[in-house]
Amino acid sequence: MAQVTLNKVRKVYPNGAEALEPSTFTIPDGELCVLVGPSGCGKSTMLRMVAGLEDVTEGEISIGDRVVNDIDPADRNIAMVFQNYALYPHMTVARNMGYGLKNRGMDKGQIAEKVREAAQMLNLTEFLDRKPSQLSGGQRQRVAMGRAIVREPDLFLFDEPLSNLDAKLRNQMRIEIRALQRRLGTTAMYVTHDQVEAMTMADRIIVLSNGHIEQIGTPAEIYSNPASTFVAAFMGAPPMNLLNAEAGQGRVTLPGGEIVPQAGVNGHAGAVTVGIRPEDVMPSPQGDLTFNVDIIEELGAQRLLHGQMAGQAFSVAVPKDQEAATGEMRLALKPGAVHLFDADEGRRLG
Amino acid sequence: MADITQTRVQATTRTTTRKRIRWDHIADHAILIAGALLMLVPVYMVFATSSWDPITIHREGMQFGFGDRLAENYDAALFEYGGFTDSVNGMTMLANSLILGLGFAIGKIIVGMMAAYAIVYFRLKFATLAFWMIFTTLLLPLEVRILPSYEVISWMNLGNTYTGLIVPLIASATATFFFRQFFRSVPEELIEAARIDGAGPVKFFIDILVPLSKTMIAAMFIIMFVFGWNQYLWPTLITTDESLFTLVRGIRQIVQSYADGSETPDYGQAAALAIIAMTPPVLIVVFFQSWFVKGLTESDK
Repeated sequence: MAQVTLNKVRKVYPNGAEALEPSTFTIPDGELCVLVGPSGCGKSTMLRMVAGLEDVTEGEISIGDRVVNDIDPADRNIAMVFQNYALYPHMTVARNMGYGLKNRGMDKGQIAEKVREAAQMLNLTEFLDRKPSQLSGGQRQRVAMGRAIVREPDLFLFDEPLSNLDAKLRNQMRIEIRALQRRLGTTAMYVTHDQVEAMTMADRIIVLSNGHIEQIGTPAEIYSNPASTFVAAFMGAPPMNLLNAEAGQGRVTLPGGEIVPQAGVNGHAGAVTVGIRPEDVMPSPQGDLTFNVDIIEELGAQRLLHGQMAGQAFSVAVPKDQEAATGEMRLALKPGAVHLFDADEGRRLG
Repeated sequence: MADITQTRVQATTRTTTRKRIRWDHIADHAILIAGALLMLVPVYMVFATSSWDPITIHREGMQFGFGDRLAENYDAALFEYGGFTDSVNGMTMLANSLILGLGFAIGKIIVGMMAAYAIVYFRLKFATLAFWMIFTTLLLPLEVRILPSYEVISWMNLGNTYTGLIVPLIASATATFFFRQFFRSVPEELIEAARIDGAGPVKFFIDILVPLSKTMIAAMFIIMFVFGWNQYLWPTLITTDESLFTLVRGIRQIVQSYADGSETPDYGQAAALAIIAMTPPVLIVVFFQSWFVKGLTESDK
């Protein structure tokens, strides 16, 4: 059990590319922290540095109260689960799970005991004598988890562990991993590019883009208070609508001349970006905003209306019991629906 | 209804294709049979010839039919001591060939695997250069460097030893190349997982890489064993002591006596020895065939 601290950790590759700008944060003991971002944002690099598979260019990484920069991966007391499972194909499930313990010099009886316990926890008991090639994707993923559990590490590292599974299994494994991590109370870092995984699993999310941290916060914080247009657009499906607008004289005006209600300008003037989540608006004849519906998408539980507002792409989500038709409609905003961002840098205003 | 029509259409197409393919097959088979005959008839002729007495063979040449000396010839080839010193029989030569073949194959695999391991997994300076240097030695077979090699071996006083027979042939560009390609296809994550599991370089090699390369090793073993077994020039050069003669060398020895003009060479025995020399490589290839194909085509990952 341990907290993880990164102190101004930076990564520059030999070819001069900066994969990670100096980053500082702490993951408290027992939390599951998700690193999320598009590919190439530096999230895997960060995880691999914590694992010890990549060198740290600058800064300090500590696990517990120990600085681990120069400690071998095997001695960091961590366990890692890889995207393609990385099971040893020639070993049985039991040997796969026990290999790390064997290398630590633990005696056979003890290893067998631990492997049996972990297998029970993961419903793998009947597969202990099989080879990985005889298992399904989900089972292999569980074996990889088992290999991590038996080591009783201070820290779990997950590198996109669910990307190779089909959608249904992914949902199921998501819940299993979350439950397991809760039960064991082990600190975990989890890398994914899937914002749904990030939102559903995390105690804390770190959103990365282009090698720097955009925002750190709980899923609720990140969803309701995105720190930048990048976070706003990345987290949430369907993504937040972002409209170019003009601020001045204490209000925000869309290009067509309509005034966005609720927008507190805080004395800011000039070009701004207005962010509105699709589910934060509702059709209403008395609404302040005009919306032209082009396409209706049926999702079952809700309908998505895609169209134009003030000449810019806009989407609205309405509950399934609400009728919708293409053409012009009026929209009203729910309280607190408007997010205002700097137009150039994308930072949140106010 | 639609189903029925569809089946019928399929059925007709199938018969037409079958007819066409059959014609193709005749040509294919003719070529294959001709090729097979070309390879097998000489083997059969050697086998048939090995059942005759030397006088008949000397007078009439190779034989198609079987004579009455089959058992005697094989018995003599295997157990009768011959040569100038009467110190070598077929069994000794068989053993020598086996030692050469095995030493050659095992040595090449060990050296090749370790070289490939170093090149692929360690950040060495000039690793690529080293690899290409090893690779270019493919262009320099033993026959090209045979005089200097002989010089070195005789200087080291290794003439007439198994060491002298085997060691100069062990460095292998072929094995290094194949293992390098194979190791490069092993996923990166496996190495990382092993690192986190606390496996150092030696443990990773023995616990993970070697078992993974099983089929590859088998394939290499077959190729190298046969190659070593069939070595002729090097053993001829390096062994003057008859107790170290290999089978391939021994065949020549029997025929040699004719060139010396001393007596009619025992052609029947030579043919029998040739058949004996052919058998182990054939058996190895037959038994390990499936491994062989697996090793060269698929990888168990």
